[in-house]
Amino acid sequence: MITSWPALAVVGAGIDLQSSFTSTLEGFGLSQGTAHLLWLPLPMLLVLVAAVIGVLVNVWLERKISAAVQQRIGPEYAGALGVLQPMADGLKLLFKEDVIPHRADGLLFTLGPVLVLVPVILSWLVVPFGQNLLISDVGIGVFLWIALSSIQPIGLLMSGYASNNKYSLLGGLRAAAQSISYEIPLALAVLAVVMMSNSLSTVDIVNQQSGAGILSWNIWRQPVGFLIFWICALAECERLPFDLPEAEEELVAGYQTEYAGMKFALFYLGSYINLVLSALLVAVLYLGGWGFPFPVEWLAGALGQSVDAPLVQVITGSLGIVMTVLKAYLLVFIAILLRWTLPRVRIDQLLDLGWKFLLPIALVNLLVTAGLKLAFPAFFGG
Amino acid sequence: MTIASVTQLVCFIALSLTLVLGSLGVVLLPNIVYSAFLLAGVFLSVAGLYLLLNASFIAAAQVLVYVGAVNVLILFAIMLVNKKEAMAEIPGLLLRRVLSGVVCLGLFLLILRVDLTTPWAVPGPTPLGDDSTVLIGIHLFSDYLLPFELASVLLLMAMIGAIVLARRDVFSSDVITGEAADQGLIEKERTPLLLESTAGETNLLEKV
Repeated sequence: MITSWPALAVVGAGIDLQSSFTSTLEGFGLSQGTAHLLWLPLPMLLVLVAAVIGVLVNVWLERKISAAVQQRIGPEYAGALGVLQPMADGLKLLFKEDVIPHRADGLLFTLGPVLVLVPVILSWLVVPFGQNLLISDVGIGVFLWIALSSIQPIGLLMSGYASNNKYSLLGGLRAAAQSISYEIPLALAVLAVVMMSNSLSTVDIVNQQSGAGILSWNIWRQPVGFLIFWICALAECERLPFDLPEAEEELVAGYQTEYAGMKFALFYLGSYINLVLSALLVAVLYLGGWGFPFPVEWLAGALGQSVDAPLVQVITGSLGIVMTVLKAYLLVFIAILLRWTLPRVRIDQLLDLGWKFLLPIALVNLLVTAGLKLAFPAFFGG
Repeated sequence: MTIASVTQLVCFIALSLTLVLGSLGVVLLPNIVYSAFLLAGVFLSVAGLYLLLNASFIAAAQVLVYVGAVNVLILFAIMLVNKKEAMAEIPGLLLRRVLSGVVCLGLFLLILRVDLTTPWAVPGPTPLGDDSTVLIGIHLFSDYLLPFELASVLLLMAMIGAIVLARRDVFSSDVITGEAADQGLIEKERTPLLLESTAGETNLLEKV
């Protein structure tokens, strides 16, 4: 039985770190504005650090899982099970010489990787880890992410053009074409979810799925949308089987060919942060976000505890973060496994899949969702 | 409140500066690729101004449509026909530049006069914030339905027109001149290179 009993969707106020932080500072005699100003950088820094650590974990997972797929051992000596290997990779890139090729356009060459990385990091603004555990619950939520991710191709085109290299230019053009093609089915899949939850805000989308634990997650109501979103997210992240912009057999390394040192690291960082971000958004849109497979309120009720008790709130908050990260990394695991098992598609197959298959299916999915919403408003968020 | 207003002022000044300087760069720079990239910056700063006006949905739509689609397509077109050749000398280039500069200056003065003489209602209407998304939807499907649908029909016509122009092979005669279309120029038959070469080799073998 797939339901979203709205009456049972107990949405507590949760822990509000911001108000407690500012009120503590005001207790020390600071003005409200100063306290707010001191609060502002904290969540941003926290999310930035979380994103970078997420990338390090991701790189380690990629190395270990690819090794397991190919029946190797993988990194072993740098720390236990090679967990320090990503740090070594990063340090190596940090200390490498920064080369700008002769006759390349220095300004655009430098600006390109920055334009690729910044929108991805900005998009973390809307990723929720709990009721109040996100930087900003902006009203346009997922739409902001879609809009920001459309800036990325400009950075790719810029670095492809500025490198003064045929392979780079071709890689940049491919990246832009791919990104534009897959943005449309992606947005349509998101639109179906948004239609069911009546809101663009990521927090509202998760709350709408929190009624009956695992049964009320969107994946049961949007199975087609989930698949479309996941395929498009992989294409947007340029992960295999869609890594045509950097197909090494054809284009050396695509738009990254001429890059070295920290500028290359920015691309590297950008693509992995984007992968984690996409996985987090799949978790938020389709897998119930920070929700536990069965409602935490029931558990607290069974144990005779009030949901609003401070200790219970701390536990549920931590559980929410753990659940979000767990779901995201399960998806990252699937993405890595896909990368090391599937062959790459050709460029014409890629465009055919995007325009002739995913786009019509996404439109039909949207139409069916709208019809179901009108027919069964109780189950499809009337 | 003072911190908020100061931040707003600083953002407004920075955005306006990038907007004006960027637009001047788009028009005046000789390198067309730089102009296209600067255009993206201009669009982004316009989106920033929308954000300052509390119109977050419009700002995101501006980024999605203008930066993500229009500007990327412009860049795409420039890079696909990326010929690094010097433009042919145009006679009387200086005169043309002066004339167009005068026209632009006149237009600017006209707009400036309108700007200075209009009694603006200060402060403007209260911004709706996040509710504006819902209101835009309601308006698009009620009183602005006809313009909205007309725009979509216009876009459909433009798309069909582009397909017709790009794929002339579907017509036996040229759309514009009415003459029979030269099908050979439109789509060359694929020459099976591998088959041909292997056929040549067998011939060689036969000769031997």
